[in-house]
Amino acid sequence: MRIRAIRGLPFLMSQLPNPDLVTVNIDGRDIAVPKGTNMIEAAALLGIEVPHFCYHPKLTVSGNCRMCLVEMGLPAVDPATKQPVMDAATGKQRVNWMPKPQIACFTNATPGLHIRTTTPQIKEAREGVMEFLLVNHPLDCPICDQAGECKLQEQAADYGRGFSRFIEPKNVKPKRTELGPRVTLDDERCILCSRCIRFTKEIAKQDVLGFVDRGSYSTLTCYPGRELNHNYSLNTVDICPVGALTSTDFRFKMRVWFLKTTPSIDTESSVGANTELWAREGVIYRITPRRNDEVNDTWMPDSGRLLYKQVAAGNRLKQALVNGQLASFEEAIAAAVALLKPESSELGARNSAPAAVASSNQQSPIENRKSIAAAAAPTANPQSTLRTPQSRVALVASGRQSVEEQYLTRKFSAALGAVRTDLVGRVGQGDELLVSADRNPNVRGALVTGLLKEYPKTELTALGAAIDAGSVTTVIAFGEDLASAGLTAGLTAGQLAKIALIEVGTHSTGATAGAKVVLPAFTVFEKRGSFINQQFRLQKFQAAVPGPAQASDDLAILSALLAGISGTSLASADVDSVWAELAKQVPVLAGLTWSAIPATGKLLDGSDWSTLPFVEGETLHFKPAAGASK
Amino acid sequence: MSATVKVLERRPLSFLQRTYLPGVLAGMRTTLRHMVAPKITMEYPEQRPPIPSGYRGVPTLVKDPHGREKCVSCQLCEFVCPPKAIRIAPGAIDATGPNAHVEKAPKEFEIDMLRCIYCGLCQEVCPEEAIWLQNIYSLSGYARADFVHKKEKLYELGGTLPDRHHKWDKKKAAEEAGNAH
Repeated sequence: MRIRAIRGLPFLMSQLPNPDLVTVNIDGRDIAVPKGTNMIEAAALLGIEVPHFCYHPKLTVSGNCRMCLVEMGLPAVDPATKQPVMDAATGKQRVNWMPKPQIACFTNATPGLHIRTTTPQIKEAREGVMEFLLVNHPLDCPICDQAGECKLQEQAADYGRGFSRFIEPKNVKPKRTELGPRVTLDDERCILCSRCIRFTKEIAKQDVLGFVDRGSYSTLTCYPGRELNHNYSLNTVDICPVGALTSTDFRFKMRVWFLKTTPSIDTESSVGANTELWAREGVIYRITPRRNDEVNDTWMPDSGRLLYKQVAAGNRLKQALVNGQLASFEEAIAAAVALLKPESSELGARNSAPAAVASSNQQSPIENRKSIAAAAAPTANPQSTLRTPQSRVALVASGRQSVEEQYLTRKFSAALGAVRTDLVGRVGQGDELLVSADRNPNVRGALVTGLLKEYPKTELTALGAAIDAGSVTTVIAFGEDLASAGLTAGLTAGQLAKIALIEVGTHSTGATAGAKVVLPAFTVFEKRGSFINQQFRLQKFQAAVPGPAQASDDLAILSALLAGISGTSLASADVDSVWAELAKQVPVLAGLTWSAIPATGKLLDGSDWSTLPFVEGETLHFKPAAGASK
Repeated sequence: MSATVKVLERRPLSFLQRTYLPGVLAGMRTTLRHMVAPKITMEYPEQRPPIPSGYRGVPTLVKDPHGREKCVSCQLCEFVCPPKAIRIAPGAIDATGPNAHVEKAPKEFEIDMLRCIYCGLCQEVCPEEAIWLQNIYSLSGYARADFVHKKEKLYELGGTLPDRHHKWDKKKAAEEAGNAH
């Protein structure tokens, strides 16, 4: 059993009447930790750093770098009587210190275990280990991409001797080896910690890396004829304590000390892996995983790391278009509202729809939930179709919208009295690790906010049938490509030709050329918001870079459209004001605010939706049956 | 306040002083002395003063005697530059070229001379001895853009640095020789 290295946890644990707690002594300070806790983690709880290279909290212990050497002792017991041997001077049980240092990473907490990390013997041991590691390590920090986040660099400064006694020529090993499509290896820099080998074997389950040769000839290499090409290969770059494994994409792009990190969420599937965006001056350079022990541990898929390229992609929508002509935001909104508004003869009927929603604001949460569902599924409710018999507008929402956007989309749908609201499902193959079968990051958000009542389908055939039947003439799509929606069929060219399409999106799609109005929006990297992942865990993301000057936040677009349709003045629609409504309107989000969502997410009660046919299979920290009803 | 003001009587000028002759003669004396003294001005810009060693003039990039650009774009100068005058876009060296073993060189390197304060921190921090403040002290141009020195201009100003170490040649030789043991 392992515990997280979180400050304050020892206090919490010492308050719990847990029989598994054992007291250990680190540098003269007692701390109660769960039995079996790794001593590196136990020391971290006290704020004591035990330097290490090969130990990684999410991998097995190999104990081959020898950097975490500590002095270790156990309480003395009389071999014959099994009675504690007391020290007459202090009145405490005597500690038998081992004559030689031991590695902390392979030591688990046992009752009365004593370790010392600051003695002269340990200082000397660390200097010795550092000296041997640096003997063959090239001094090319100015070139090495790891500089600035290199454990060897940091620990050489903190625990090294400070000068070199080595005058012989350094070892020569292969440089610039392409281990796979995304990873480049420099063997001279490798300190043989074996983290990458253990990762590919234990986590990625593709055992392709290994050491060949012995002694100073030891070389990290790929199994002959194989390559490191699985979708998790870049995690080896993250865990490499030196610059031996480097990301081919990020290689020589920017020094890490210029980059600022922003917490975000991987949008490629409903796993919602926590990520960090590394940006400088409005440009994202890389995406790395952010540790969340409940979701993705310290890993993320390679596919999610390349998503930042969509920010500067060539087909990015940067300017609003009306009938293919450049237009201002206001002109485009006005054109969209003109297309969406039913004819004036039905004005009275239309106005009743937003009124019904507005009155529901005062209802109790339980009644609210029903009315949300009713509003979200107008086709299922004959009342709503009766209200606006002539409405020919359909919405295509997205599972890539944030919770806040989906909530406003639901309000917008109700205000329009939309004929139908579809959400494009994306189903792929889950990899049982951090990519699930549901390739939308936020289908559960649509369920929770009431935008959806049923589980989304991957094709738009029902919408296409409605278009063919003539009951839908105007479609507004939010971030979806109607020509090839999701992973399966979208609308046909004939169907697209029949409708007036309003597209709100970040990139031009197959349907953009024929769209009447195009409103450019922000990518997930340019706005803040939240997603609900497959565990019903509400997780927030923040903006790392500013969006294109002429594009708008989706919430601003939605509230401008909403204001145009309902005839009210433009309400401010930032994430916080939407959350003020969400907390009142959506029962499972009651009492929450966006800023109150913890960095590791907040688990919601998803039991209301446990009967829906979710497509996810088992992934890391997620079991479909238990997870969905948790 | 008025109590603290002390009024000083101006001394009346003497007769001689009122003729201005002593003042005129003293001035003439200074002028005459400078006529015979060694010259301390020079015909700038035709003549230029000798620049002492260690003078901090315009920062430049230098090449080694083999013509290899010494900069490996570690961006430490960009980091240390107090007025943020330096901008570097790092890049990889062509893997088939003769300098492939150096791996990294600047794709773009620019120093905004309107920002530069000639502090010399870039030269001090450079681990490759690639950036040097040289004895150029007067820059002129017709546009602001003329004062943003691009990579080509920086190498043109910098020239070649005599190198005693040739550490990259040693590195290449070691790579070609293989393992020592």
